[in-house]
Amino acid sequence: MSTLLFERSLPRFAAARLMSSFGSGQGAGVGPLRLVERDAPTLPANGWVHVDPVLSGICGSDLATLDGRSSRYFEDIVSFPFVPGHEVVGTLTEEATGAEGGLLPAGSRVVLQPVLGCAARGIVPMCPACHAGHVGNCGYIAFGHIRPGLQTGFCADTGGGWSTAGLVAHATQIYAVPEALSDEDAVTVEPVACAVHAVLGAPIAAGDVIAVIGAGTLGLLVTASLGHLAAAGRCATPAAVLVGARYSHQQRLARDMGATEALPSEQLGRAVRRRSHSLSYGAASGLTATLSGGADVVFDCVGSPESIAQSLAMVRPRGTVALVGMPGKVTVDLAPLWHREVRLAGAYAYGSERSEGADDAVSTFSLAFDVAAAQQTGRLVSATYPLARFEDAVAHAGSAGRRGAVKIAFDVRKGPIR
Amino acid sequence: MSRRPGFVLEVDKSTPPTLFWSGETFGLETLPEGSRVIYAPEPMKAIEDPYRAIRHALLHPEGDRDPLPALLRPGMKLTICFDDVSLPLPPMEAPDIRQMVIETVLDMAAEAGVDDVELIAALALHRRMTEEELRHALGDRVYDAFAPHGLLTQHDAEDPDNLLFIGETDQGEEVEINKRAATSDLLVYVNINLVSMDGGHKSVATGLASYRSLRHHHNPQTMRHSKSFMDQPASELHSANWRMGRLIAESGVKIFQIETTLNNDTFPSNFGFLQKREWEWSLRDRASYAAASKALSKVPPRMARQIFHSIRSPHALTSVQAGEVEAVHALTTANVWAQQGVDVEGQTDILTMGLPYICPYNVNSIMNPILVACLGLGYFFNMYRGKPLVREGGVVIMKHPTRPEFHPGHHPSYIDFYEQVLTQTIDPVQMHKEFEESFATDPWYVHLYRTGHAYHGVHPFYMWYWCAHAMAHLGRVIVVGGDPKAVRRLGFSPASSLNDALEIASDVVGPSPTLTHMHNPPIFMSDVH
Repeated sequence: MSTLLFERSLPRFAAARLMSSFGSGQGAGVGPLRLVERDAPTLPANGWVHVDPVLSGICGSDLATLDGRSSRYFEDIVSFPFVPGHEVVGTLTEEATGAEGGLLPAGSRVVLQPVLGCAARGIVPMCPACHAGHVGNCGYIAFGHIRPGLQTGFCADTGGGWSTAGLVAHATQIYAVPEALSDEDAVTVEPVACAVHAVLGAPIAAGDVIAVIGAGTLGLLVTASLGHLAAAGRCATPAAVLVGARYSHQQRLARDMGATEALPSEQLGRAVRRRSHSLSYGAASGLTATLSGGADVVFDCVGSPESIAQSLAMVRPRGTVALVGMPGKVTVDLAPLWHREVRLAGAYAYGSERSEGADDAVSTFSLAFDVAAAQQTGRLVSATYPLARFEDAVAHAGSAGRRGAVKIAFDVRKGPIR
Repeated sequence: MSRRPGFVLEVDKSTPPTLFWSGETFGLETLPEGSRVIYAPEPMKAIEDPYRAIRHALLHPEGDRDPLPALLRPGMKLTICFDDVSLPLPPMEAPDIRQMVIETVLDMAAEAGVDDVELIAALALHRRMTEEELRHALGDRVYDAFAPHGLLTQHDAEDPDNLLFIGETDQGEEVEINKRAATSDLLVYVNINLVSMDGGHKSVATGLASYRSLRHHHNPQTMRHSKSFMDQPASELHSANWRMGRLIAESGVKIFQIETTLNNDTFPSNFGFLQKREWEWSLRDRASYAAASKALSKVPPRMARQIFHSIRSPHALTSVQAGEVEAVHALTTANVWAQQGVDVEGQTDILTMGLPYICPYNVNSIMNPILVACLGLGYFFNMYRGKPLVREGGVVIMKHPTRPEFHPGHHPSYIDFYEQVLTQTIDPVQMHKEFEESFATDPWYVHLYRTGHAYHGVHPFYMWYWCAHAMAHLGRVIVVGGDPKAVRRLGFSPASSLNDALEIASDVVGPSPTLTHMHNPPIFMSDVH
């Protein structure tokens, strides 16, 4: 069975980092990722099942890992060698009880909730975060009866989506895919869940001005989630959602997914200034100037030093910057954050969401299915590749925007295409 | 030799190529045989002693007004308002006519013992003038006597403490103007009447007004019903200003109007070939053209812009009249037409024009794409009386580089208008409805207008509204040599050459269209029969 395996190899790691200086995704062929023949991982304990991946996406954190640019923070919460791939739609090879309690027969299509929290790790009692339903914030991701790994796709014991051999998943990680969803829609459910979690975690009030920096997969899905969740009454309705997108196809998609305005990234600051009726310090054009007011919430879906600086320049005093895109080690001037009492908040993964006014918590994934269905997020899947062409796939993902694409995925289907 | 009138040339085999402006450069184009080229009348003779003519006008006023000295007395409050940097084009060689008129008025005021005198630049919603521009318009003597004491100010249409609501016209138009001017015992307004639209009641009713007041006529409805702005009886803009001006007069504001006309001697001798008929170019003209074209093609646009904006025009005074607004303006209008009018028989399918580096709103600044549209469709298209030069459904071909460049200090709201409005709509009515107010009341634009040198936030809308009549009238607008993306953003079609433009135009006007070219400089107005 073909599997893409990521091994700990310093020379290959250095080579990938060097090659990535020519562009993200350029180092896949010389880096620590190799195509190998490998059997499915064994089930670690009761409550685990085998899943055969169908489609598995390549996400920004995967690219950072393959480029050798991932933060060293992750060193102790991954285990080698691992099979990447945490955005997964697949089929159950045996009957199992899903995360939502129902019995799922073998062959059921499922989406993987990849966080390896206390339940998957057999840890009792659970950490406070898992106990509260916030599995994304699990404190025990390096402990329990499987090796360290914040998610499937970064753990040596679980396998990952980039494999025809399959992976193992704990029952709490599997969600049945509604019949109406295509495989492409389903493979985007995991990033949709990230977007939903980011939106519901932000203090959005009615009439707010929201800025979204970046219109790759996450930026577009945050935009889509803002509209859908507001319409569903799960968050307040903003007055405007302004999206900064580098490429014209991203601007088109952002508008289609509900952006009030989608403009080239360098124009976003000026649009925010105008919408928020702010004055501007510094450049008269408002290009890089700090605004007197600004957006109430900025979703930084890039995570670069430039995007964080841009976020801090365009968020209002006491506003919130949500870091949705995975940042690394960055150098940013935090003086405006301090002076303007800006809240800089991470927005990672998912868990359960409690909307204002609602009695019960609901899983992020079930909300994500709604968004994926309503917005047909499968249209963001621009190209799929077989595992054998992983170098092309990773290079495509690394230059997706420039090449008019959004989401690149591996096609590991064995059955008919849905 | 007597002055030659305007002239319509029919292009034949022997006709040399025709000059086209294109921003900070120019070139020669061969027009199809049978095309018409309209040339402006030659410059009128300048008044030899402008100071004497000005003094004479002030002592012999038109209409129901006493001579200026009779209106001046000790203890009175006198305010002298004057046209801003948008006039004349290009800025004239020193001494500027405003300086000559204001010095004469001030001499009379001093003789009459008037102490309370203030000068106000009538900006409307234009940018504030710089000290250098004010010194050029007024002269150092006037500037140094008034500015350091705070007695030379610039109208601030956003200063609630210095605006006075006069009332509403019978059409419900609110009239609100500069308080100091409105509450003076005498308001002297000094005009430079470059085109027939300038002056009259528009001087005070527009130049000293607030946004609240201006919005009643600077809107798509008025602009579409001004056919043209230059043809006073057919201009709704003119009518609205006249209603407001009469209300101002009825409210008791006493205005002593001074209007001046200039000849069309637009460029100094080293650029003299620009305003000559090509077949009359001397050897020196040809050499100047070749040298200038070559030099301009070698320097970056920014440097070419600096060169052109440093040009001072040899415009000379051809008439000055003073007194009651309407009586003065009737004479002025006749004098403007005497210099600029050209009789033209019939309309054309295609109207071509080379657009220069300057328009009223980018003196010492950058001609951004919105101003390109305004100069071509707002101004040049409207330089007619009777009928437009181009038939309904016809095509305008403009030549200009139309770079998406903006002066961030002068035109900040233009940048946002270009990025955030024109990407949504180019329909003047829709943008008026959906976007105008938010730009007009934007606190940042207001701040920059009041404290910097920025045009008011609403100004790009007004520039777009100026194009409304042409946009409704024309079948297509083509820009030769323009940045394709910027040209498309404006809703126009880009073409790489005049021949390409004619090819594109044939889709609209057929394969054998009539073509008329507006040769400029200098500017002229067509009396289309």
